[in-house]
Formats: sequence, C-alpha cells, structure tokens
Amino acid sequence: MNKARGKTPRRLTFQVFRYNPQDPESNPRMQSFELDEAPYMTLYIALNQIRETLDPSLQFDFACRSAVCGSCGMMVNGRPTLACRTLTSDLSDEIRLHPLPVFELIGDLSVDTGKWFRQMVERTEGWIHTQRDFDPAAPEQRMDDDLAQAIYESDRCIECGCCVASCGVANLDQDFAGPAGLNRLARFMMDPRDERTDSDWFEVVSTEDGVFGCLGLMACHDVCPKDLPLLEIHAYLRRKMLTTKLA
Amino acid sequence: MTHSRLRSTDVLVIGGGLAGERCAIEAAAAGHDVVILSLVPPRRSHSCAAQGGMQAALGNCIMGEGDNTTLHFIDTVRGSDWGADQEVAQIFAEEAPRAVRELAHYGVPWTRVRGGKNRYFIKGAQLEIDEREETDGLMMHRDFGGTAKWRTCYAAAGSGHAALYALDSEVIKLGITVTDRAEAVALIHDGNRCWGAVARCLRTGRHFAVVAKATVIATGGYGRIYGQYTTNATINDGTGAAIALNTGVVPLGNMEAVQFHPTALAPSGILISEGARGDGGYLLDKNLRRFMIDAEPGKQELASRDVVSRHMMRTMRDGHGVETPFGTHLWLDLRHLGGHHLETKLREITEICRDFAGLDPARDLIPVEPTQHYSMGGIRVNKDGHAYGMSGLFAAGEVACWDMHGFNRLGGNSQAETVVAGRIVGEAAADFASGTSLNVNTGVAIAAVRSAERHAASWLARSGSGPDVYSIRDAMGETMIDKVGIFRSGDQLQEAVDRLLSLLADCDRAVLRSKVPGMNPELSFALRLKNMLRLAVVTAMGALARTESRGAHYRTDYPLRNDTNWLNRTLVRWPESASEPEFTYEPVGPIDVPPGFRGYGRDDQLEMEVSVDQYNKDVFVRQATEGRLESREPAGSRVRWGEWQEHV
Repeated sequence: MNKARGKTPRRLTFQVFRYNPQDPESNPRMQSFELDEAPYMTLYIALNQIRETLDPSLQFDFACRSAVCGSCGMMVNGRPTLACRTLTSDLSDEIRLHPLPVFELIGDLSVDTGKWFRQMVERTEGWIHTQRDFDPAAPEQRMDDDLAQAIYESDRCIECGCCVASCGVANLDQDFAGPAGLNRLARFMMDPRDERTDSDWFEVVSTEDGVFGCLGLMACHDVCPKDLPLLEIHAYLRRKMLTTKLA
Repeated sequence: MTHSRLRSTDVLVIGGGLAGERCAIEAAAAGHDVVILSLVPPRRSHSCAAQGGMQAALGNCIMGEGDNTTLHFIDTVRGSDWGADQEVAQIFAEEAPRAVRELAHYGVPWTRVRGGKNRYFIKGAQLEIDEREETDGLMMHRDFGGTAKWRTCYAAAGSGHAALYALDSEVIKLGITVTDRAEAVALIHDGNRCWGAVARCLRTGRHFAVVAKATVIATGGYGRIYGQYTTNATINDGTGAAIALNTGVVPLGNMEAVQFHPTALAPSGILISEGARGDGGYLLDKNLRRFMIDAEPGKQELASRDVVSRHMMRTMRDGHGVETPFGTHLWLDLRHLGGHHLETKLREITEICRDFAGLDPARDLIPVEPTQHYSMGGIRVNKDGHAYGMSGLFAAGEVACWDMHGFNRLGGNSQAETVVAGRIVGEAAADFASGTSLNVNTGVAIAAVRSAERHAASWLARSGSGPDVYSIRDAMGETMIDKVGIFRSGDQLQEAVDRLLSLLADCDRAVLRSKVPGMNPELSFALRLKNMLRLAVVTAMGALARTESRGAHYRTDYPLRNDTNWLNRTLVRWPESASEPEFTYEPVGPIDVPPGFRGYGRDDQLEMEVSVDQYNKDVFVRQATEGRLESREPAGSRVRWGEWQEHV
C-alpha cells in the first residue's frame, strides 16, 4: 500500500481501448495517456483524472467506487477485475485497459452488463418460486443461521461480469448461463423458501447451457473479486444433478 | 418526432433502487403497466451499498426483548431532534416489521438468532448471553445508535445488497419494464399536474418522453454536491430532487438537514457501517483513548450520528486527531471483535479495509473521519408520498422529505424507510393511476423533449474560453464541505451562498471540450451540474436562514435548539423566472411526543412558548396552505395520541 509516498512519483502510461459506436468517425484503437502516480491511486482515480484533464470523451462506468456495485469490471493487463479497487501501486508502470469481452460494447471501457444479467435472470428464473402468499400478520418463517450464512455466501455475487469475461465457454456461447448464472441457481437451490423440485432444477441446470456446459477451466474462481467459492458451487451443482438422476 | 421518442405507461418510476423497485412492485401488483427508469442497471443502484441493516421492532433477541413499534417511534422522533413528522414516524415504525418479513419472503438471507450461548461486546465489555431456544431461527438484531433496544435486522454487512437483489428478482419475475442507463432530465407538467418525464438515454444521448398517469421519483440522495467528500456513489447527484425543484411549484423540505456519517474510511470516504460500532467497535483518538466514554457516558459510541460526528470533529480540532499528509483522522478499533466475527457479520467492512487501505481490521486500527452521508431533506410530500403542489407526482426514499427523519436520521432507519415508503407510496400512486386516465396532450410531451434537446444542444454550441465543468464541480464540493459542513456559522454560510451563486452563473459560461456524438460523458455531467448547484444553493441558504441548532444542522453562532421559533420545516421553491429561491416554513406536523432531551447530546434548548395543543390546532391547515394535497386517509388519522407515555 502506498508505495509512492515519499518518493518521486512514478510516471504511469495507460494504454486504453477506444471506440465510440455512436460516432461514425470512430474506429477501434488503443490510445496512450500518461499520469503521475499519486498515493492511494486507484484506477477509479486515474481514469477520472484522464477524463477530466486529458480526454473528456473517455467512457467508463463507476458508481459506488467501493467494490460493491459491480459497475466497473474491465480487463486490466488482460485480466478481468474491478477497476475501483485496483491500486496502481500493485501494477507496473504500463497499464493496459480493455472493456470486458462477451458483453455488448457501449463505448470505450463501458459495456452492457445490465442487459446480459437481466436475460440470465429471466432464463434461469432467478427468483424465489413459492406457492405461499406473503402473510403480513405472521412472524417470519424460521431459518437456521448456518443456512442463512450459506445462502448469503452465494448471494454476495455483485454481477460485475468478471467471471463471465474470463469464461472460455461464455466467450463462445451466448446461451451459456455462465459462472454467475450457475452461482445464482445454486443460491436458489439451497434456499428452502424456493419450492422448485429436483426435477425442475434438473431441467434448468443439467443442460449444455447449464452446469454441463462448463469445461472446468475455472478461471472464474480465480478472478472473482468477491472471492465466491465458484469451484465448490460447480461441484455442488454437478453432485446434485448426479444424485437427482440416480434417484 | 418518431414513435420511439414518446412512450406511455400507467406508472413511471424514476430510480431503480430499493424505494423505486418496491413502488414498482406494488403498482404492478395492482395491475398497472409500470416503467422504471434507472441511471444504472437497478442492481448497481446505491441501495446496494447500504451495509448495516433495517430497523424493525421484532424484539427477537435478548437485547431486543420488550421492543415494540412505539419504542421505535419514540427513538425515531428523538433522533430527529423533533424535526420529524410524528404521524409519518408512527406509520413507519408500525409498518417496518411487515416490510422486513416481506423481504424474507422474497428471499433475503437475514442473519438469524442462534439459540444458546452467544458472545457480544456491549459498552466495552464482553458478555455471554443465552438466546432463548424458542427464538432460534427468527431474524436477529444488532445494536445501532440512538435506539432503546437492539432492533436492526441485517444480512452480515451487505443488507442493502441482499434486499436490492431480492426486490429486483421480484421486478424481473413480474416482467416490469426497466429502462436502464436513462436519466430523467425534466418533468412533464402544466404547473398543477405531472404527466411523466423527459429522459436522456446514456447509451446514445438521445432524449425521449415517458408519459404516465402517475410519476414516482425515487432517485436517492444528493451527496455529490459535497464533491468527493461523501460516502455516496458517483451517481447520487440529486437530479431527481432538482427536476422537482425546477418545476418552480414543488417545494423541497429541510435541504439544510444533511447527515455526516462518523466513520468513513480516511481518506477515500468509503463507508464503514455503524454496524461496526453497533457490534462493539470503539472510536479512539491518537493516544488510543476512547473519547466517547467521557463525551457521552450513556450511549458512548452509539449516540446518534450527528452527536458522534460533532464529538469527533471537536476531538480532532483539540489536537487529538492523527495527523497525516492527507488530513486528520481518528481510529476505529474492531480488533477485539475477533477474526470470525469480522469475517462473517462484518465481512464487507473487512473487505473494504483490505481493498482500499491494505488493512486487516482483526490486527489493524482503521482510519476514519466524518463524511457527508445522507440527505434528510428532499421533495416534500404528504403521508401518501404525494408531492406538495403537484398532482400525480410522488416521491419515496431518500429523495423524499416524507419526513420521518427530521434533522437527523437514525442508522438502520433509511434502508427500512425505502421498503416501507416504497409499498405505501407505490400503493398510493397505483390508486391515483386507477382513478385517472391518460388525457395528456402529446404536444406538451413533445415540446418538453424538444426543450431538453435544445438545452443539450446549447451546451455543445458554446465555444471560446469559459471555465470547465469539472473545476466548477470541485469548487462547489470544496465550498460545501468547508462552509456547509458539520459546524456552520452565519459568516461562513453567507460566503458559501455568495460563492455558489457565482458558480451557478459560471455554469452559463462554461464550455465543453468534447463535442463527440453519443452520450458524451462531459455533456452528461454538464447537464447535471446546474441542477447540483441549485441544490447546493438551497441547502446553504436554508442553513443560513435557520438560526438554531437541530440534529445535524449545527450553528456555532446559535448552538441551542430553538423550539420557540424553529420547531418547523423549511420549504424552498425556485420559481422559474426567479434568480434566487424562495423560503417558507410549515409546522413539523402533529406533535405527540413533546420536545425534550434526546437522551444524548445537549440537554438545554429554548422551550416552546405555545402549548402542544395550540401548536397542533392549525397544523394541517397551515400545511395545506403550503401545498399539501389531501391524503387518502385524513391527515393525522394514524397518530396514536399519548400511547408513547406508557413506554417511557
């Protein structure tokens, strides 16, 4: 942390992917920007500084700037990650930035993750399926705290798209649920409030677009900024599908 | 004008956070066609960053035993420093249990009571408490500032995220149309009736109109008028409040009531939840002394946020802060809570400390300082969320001045407000839409689109050497934090007003350096800037006019709460042709719990000179003259007069 303090600041070079589909004169290219590194500098700070002082047309997405909203996934030196929590002090002095693949490009580093995740939730029906109506007068249904914690563990996904961008299958097959989609399925499978049966799940999960589409490269597990246990989640889904089939 | 530039719906919801989505669900469940406009995909709304939890008086755990909605109501009124509308605070407290249970029904993995031995940190001591087996598996509570009981329901330190994902799942299940990356830039109205909004697409830069029978604004707070000195997301620029102000008719309430959160991570300003102190965290000065024990012997670190923030500022001003090249800070100490607690119940805080400060809270002290956090003020609405002076316009959540928070909001009350108000206001908007037809002249909508297009084009047409938009923004932020911050004085506030008005004038001379087609990020920001400055001006002018100290509004030149003259709510309108806004005042609402000592902070104030009965006599008449529309049930019908006396 804060390696820059007390020394001459490093001169950082950013190689940034540029393309504005709304501009007929724009062509995809890389553009180079230089900045002096500052203490505590993150890519959030650096990119805003580039936009405000060097090129006001540069497009990128940030909202919370605290690694919880998932807006700022991008390729940093070829690896998908959240830009807001990436400290320049952890990078070399030449930094390459590209938009996430798989998702539709909006412009420069900005991609349309919202559209992708909405259709993923629609296809996997990522909500609690229950026949019970909510009773405003009744106390809550009980749940063991260990189970609540286990559900929360999966629920923490912020849909930044880093896992999807890193996934060999998702890059080739737009219909693949992707690691985030499979995680979402596992989250609802372990939730007793969701009344879908094993055979309901089998229909959704046990297809080429579901868990059996995964080639097992598991880059998703390595790049997830929230450290979701995607390896264990895949294993859980495959085991569950196998036992359903055997039963 | 092509067809795609004019859309229609029954209920338009501007904002895809917790309040907006809960409104949309209620309106859709009533059978209406609903459109949500959102700056970002809804799951990225700032609600996702809410950490601590939602207050709801379930009384499930031992430290919450005996809790009830009346105690929650009393805590909320005291927290507000008597600035709240007490009927609304009452409605809120009564509805909160239903709201958190409904979220459980939608799938929120709330932390649950673990029957048997539990270890808690309370006021510096580690205690072992046996939770009753019969409550095992019910929703757990944590302690928050200014409350009589442990009352805040939570999902680790990611309560807002879990709630938002659960609600958004419901929105998708119901098939509600969400137009994301769209920014509402103006309301369509005729001075009395609102007919939807003009929006700008943030993918293409194109404008379009959505005409609607009922329009709900749920766009959150305006923390970004404090520049970078806020815990708020970059998208919290207050456009929703500004487009209401820009009607010239709808008043904003109590804009000077701005909350500073005691524990933002220094220097990045990222929020560290009050849950950290609720679970037993300490505030330490540079000598590692717990200064809050002397400052507030009763509540210690868990006095209300306004009180704790002021003690922190005084401690730093008196030379007990930690000096660094990036400013002065104090310490938050969570080390004694242990790794397991920090990795589970405060997990998100542990991640933030690691990611943004390279610290491990199990071993390291956390540098913190008070930072702008929440906007108590906003679009003034009646108890149905219906805006003053504008039929068909509603507001819910942080953007609204509903007004349960008065001059200080309690931790855990805003997240709960989003879903409580979301349901109530969504239902009211749905009722309104049911009772009306969409007989708007589309010419009015098209004219509003053209006007917005001309406005954007005028920015692009300017050339020459004017100031740039980001330098105006920075000057606004510095002015707000320096002169309209935690400690305020007449001199400083006057300087702020003068400076902000001159920045507002600069806006009209500012020049864009980028004219690229499409959304053009510089133009997108420029279109927000004047709105932000107008909010900054009304905030500073409201603070200058209010010559007392109440809740988060603290005047060093008027340090006492003044119930003789200032037991009221500021209303501000900005008529279209006026160069400056106009201020009026209305009663806070019906008073059930009379003003007194909050239980923390100062215990001296200028007393009311009229009796509570006299104050209450013409409250509703006076509010009606300020533009309050009739609510579905009569004003005052939900006050449970005097019931609070059985609980104190």
